[in-house]
Amino acid sequence: MVHLVLFIIFGVICVAGAVNLLVQRHPIDSALSLVVVMGALAGLYLLLGAEFLAAIQVIVYAGAVMVLFVFTIMLLNAGMEERTRGSKVALMFGAPGLVIGSVLLAWILLQSKPSVRPVGVGSLYGSARTIGHLLFKDFLLPFEITSVLILIAIMGAVVLARRESQ
Amino acid sequence: MTGNLVDIPLEYYLVLSGILFACGVAGFLIKRNLITIFMSIELMLNGVNLSFVAFATYWKALSGQVFVFFVMVVAAAEAAVGLAIIIAVFRTRETLNPDRVNLLKL
Repeated sequence: MVHLVLFIIFGVICVAGAVNLLVQRHPIDSALSLVVVMGALAGLYLLLGAEFLAAIQVIVYAGAVMVLFVFTIMLLNAGMEERTRGSKVALMFGAPGLVIGSVLLAWILLQSKPSVRPVGVGSLYGSARTIGHLLFKDFLLPFEITSVLILIAIMGAVVLARRESQ
Repeated sequence: MTGNLVDIPLEYYLVLSGILFACGVAGFLIKRNLITIFMSIELMLNGVNLSFVAFATYWKALSGQVFVFFVMVVAAAEAAVGLAIIIAVFRTRETLNPDRVNLLKL
């Protein structure tokens, strides 16, 4: 019961943050609401027993990535978002598409059988130890390729953001 | 850590994940600021991550959580490169509005 209450609390915070991201017109407000979403998601991960992922979510996502976003917003001195008129084509295809998509999704959800068993909290325990074992045994090659990817990303970011000097 | 089964159906997590993803798509479409559009992409990735973790717990397969780990790593790399591109675009165009970034050549 207490888990359901926690799920509802974190879920409501998540959705509220996501909607606030859409509503706010200043990018820094959107960034802060995204931090709220990520923090609430970390709580949900803890609820699912993924404690390593919850820690990574807070450290990497809510910490590093969002700091990068906030730095960029401040560096570019991004102001209020401009309002532009939406295109007619988008309205023409978007509104029916939205209706069709939601009807389709609702139909599929109504058709599907309820899941066989509830998501058992604590039935799976993703501690740093078990995830580490998996990363360095079964997923060793992807893990090493990831390090190369990050190296390339660092170099790409430096090259792209560098001021051109003639 | 066995037992202690709590009745949170899988659908709850999937619906929440779908709502987050839909918010990301909506933000991607309606926002008129490159940085906010990029944040909407991060929101979509987070929504997908939530369903990955929920399925990992549902099927009792830890590899789902490892997959989320990789998604986070790639998202971090993508954020670094994407923001660098946004900085480069801002330097040449002096605007963050994607409607005004409509020429390949200056």
